[in-house]
Amino acid sequence: MSLGMDVQMKSMLDRTIAPPIKDAIEFDLALPPYRRHVLSNGVEVFAIDQGTVEATMISWIFNAGNSWEEKKGVAAAVNSLLKNGTSTRSAFDINEHFEYYGAYLNRASHHETADVSLHCLNKHVGELLPVIAELITDSVFREEELEIYKKNSQQRLQVSLKKSEFVAGRLIEEYLYGSEHPYGRYMQQDDYQQLQREDLVAHFQRYYREGTCRILVAGKLPGDIISQLEASFGGLGIHAPAKGSVLPAPAIIPAAGKKYNITNDPNGVQGSIRIARNFPNRHHPDFQRVQVLNNVFGGFFGSRLMTNIREDKGYTYGIYSYLVNNIQESALVISTEAGKEVCAPAIAEVYKEMELLREELIDEEELQMARNFAIGTILGDLDGPFQVASRWKNILLNGLDEKYFNEGVRIIKTIGPEELRELARKYLDPEAFFELVVV
Amino acid sequence: MIKYDRFELANGLRVLVHEDASTPMVVVNVLYDVGARDEDPKKTGFAHLFEHLMFGGSINIEDFETPLQLAGGENNAYTTNDFTNYYIQLPAENIETAFWLESDRMLSLAFSEKSLDVQRKVVMEEFKEHYINKPYGDVWFKMRELAYKQHPYRWMTIGSELSHIEDAQLGDVKDFFFKYYRPANAILVVAGKVTLEQARGLAEKYFGDIPSGVRYVRHLPVEPRQREARKLTVKAAVPLDALYKCYPMAARTEQGYYVADLLTEVLGGGASSRLHQHLIKEKKLFSQIECYHTGSNDPGLVVIEGKLIKGVGMETADQAVEEELAKLMAGPIPEKELTKVKNKTESAIVFEDMSVMNRANSLAIYELLGDVNMMNTELAKYQAVTAEEMLETSRTMFDPLNSNTLYYYSEK
Repeated sequence: MSLGMDVQMKSMLDRTIAPPIKDAIEFDLALPPYRRHVLSNGVEVFAIDQGTVEATMISWIFNAGNSWEEKKGVAAAVNSLLKNGTSTRSAFDINEHFEYYGAYLNRASHHETADVSLHCLNKHVGELLPVIAELITDSVFREEELEIYKKNSQQRLQVSLKKSEFVAGRLIEEYLYGSEHPYGRYMQQDDYQQLQREDLVAHFQRYYREGTCRILVAGKLPGDIISQLEASFGGLGIHAPAKGSVLPAPAIIPAAGKKYNITNDPNGVQGSIRIARNFPNRHHPDFQRVQVLNNVFGGFFGSRLMTNIREDKGYTYGIYSYLVNNIQESALVISTEAGKEVCAPAIAEVYKEMELLREELIDEEELQMARNFAIGTILGDLDGPFQVASRWKNILLNGLDEKYFNEGVRIIKTIGPEELRELARKYLDPEAFFELVVV
Repeated sequence: MIKYDRFELANGLRVLVHEDASTPMVVVNVLYDVGARDEDPKKTGFAHLFEHLMFGGSINIEDFETPLQLAGGENNAYTTNDFTNYYIQLPAENIETAFWLESDRMLSLAFSEKSLDVQRKVVMEEFKEHYINKPYGDVWFKMRELAYKQHPYRWMTIGSELSHIEDAQLGDVKDFFFKYYRPANAILVVAGKVTLEQARGLAEKYFGDIPSGVRYVRHLPVEPRQREARKLTVKAAVPLDALYKCYPMAARTEQGYYVADLLTEVLGGGASSRLHQHLIKEKKLFSQIECYHTGSNDPGLVVIEGKLIKGVGMETADQAVEEELAKLMAGPIPEKELTKVKNKTESAIVFEDMSVMNRANSLAIYELLGDVNMMNTELAKYQAVTAEEMLETSRTMFDPLNSNTLYYYSEK
């Protein structure tokens, strides 16, 4: 196939010849900047004002994830129950209020951080911000709400534990980081029983009410958004991260054994395969280089793993590899569900693809494809204020800045086959990988 | 207000263009008017298997993915009971690559035996991953058969059984392609950083010479009105008892569709909805409960599904759900609750339309429904729904003689 050639159009279309394309290298990618504001209490607001639709997204990001909890499960419980009652409003009142204005109020608890986020039409912002301020200062965690939470979470866990992919996802993180580490520990049925109201109140008090908070706001912003945020949040006990403060980085203790075969469901027809190794975080100079290598390996539909194991062998509906988005330490993970009888050959093919990357140079067309795909994805990802905000969130929470973004683009455009082979030799060493199959 | 232009090529291909200069991207969306409802009952799952084959190379282009990825593009596709939709998003400068790829596979596939062989396996793994190797994974196979006796919605898009996929032959693939995948049965949407003139030129250049094909006219069996409460009991190795109920609702273009949609919001939309508040929080009968509808073009189903709290009896849970429905049928819902579900709908529409990909997709679907301008009149239709209509519709729809109930027991 000849690509990128200029073709003289004849009256009859020659469909065998691809139209000319503009190469990734020619695209000028820039991350639209944020405006930074500081509220009276020092809390920083990062504002991305763009877009054409009268809608806004606001995230309150607290240092309140499970790295900070003193008892397993407390961080997630507090985060989830934030909208289940204040001293003056019941859970129903709160939910009804947000839903009445067509707003989406979501919570999410991660390892280092835990968020509250709001999506709403601009015309309703004023009705919603004061109630969010109430949630993060006056949540009361009634016993009855906690009991419902415990019971329903236990039931959900029971169902999830029947799914091999869920079990595999938990186990592989335990092998990578250790069962005590916040990245590696997970809830058992009994852990829910141990949750006490006092634990939740203490976590809430320390990490939300008087916690470290950052606010990210994006959309076609109302002109007075900053003064509205100041009015609702500028006087609260929340504060900016203290100068020189560092995130918790507990010891990582990977498992001793490397290979695991687990039978979760004797009648299962597929195995959940996870092959993974520990990998440095985003501050390591290899991180963004290996992202390019990973694109070729298993990062998208045209990758080698997908082409070989799905499109050639038909062992699976999908196979991917990725770098985990962790702050302290990442991991390189290969993940797929494959027919029980083809798990072994599928795994063998994964190692074969690693070997090829270690032994042979990636040819120019394939590298160009991975480059252009990566640039096209970033271009598409930067389309719209919420997407830009999510890029910035990741950069800021990892303690990075726009130089990281620009360096990433530079690497995609310039990295060569030799350098990628070096990286493959360094990181795609089968000895370094955990291998897990859960049926 | 979503602006668009519409024209048809001489071969019958319908083209919609939506200009949005604020994005650097362009979306090329091709919808084919064929879905699982058009399948032979003995060859179910074929429309979806076929979707996979559309990526296995076309008559002049051996490999679909490589040129697209070289152009910085992403693509995907999905099959429903009603239609099959393909979409590409790529940098606007490379728009022609998308036209080249989509038109060549509309002209003709390569019909490779190898591709069929591999995709049969891939789809069988997809079947296992989503419907066999998952607790409650078989529910919708059973539920559709319970609720539909005549209409082809009685089977799933993935197919009613693995053997139908296993048995698919290359001859079936060719017949299917030349019957359905013709310009006369397709809708092309171009959206994003593109002008009408540019899109028109490219459409003519790439799609203009593809033979029209015969416009497919659908004659599907109509589902007779249900007149008896239907019940099914299942036991399986799942951890919790689960209750499923569904009720036939109006077709997509009828007024009753909007009413039913709002009713599902009243019952199950969010944590302040009736089922959540009364049955999870107050009565503590369920750990999860949802209400939604299948949203299909032909008459669909309103669904209520929930997982029971351990120790709660199935009949007790079922009765509690029916009491909630009886309350809806007893009198008009309060004005505040009606405003809430309408506001939620307005917001959902605004957020959905933020992405150019969703806008392109919606334009294609509304064109398929017969009037692309519905895209701009939907909200007004929701806003016009009255509490009396809600009452009337719930009285006919939730009539116990309209119910299909599945008791899904955990096997000890």
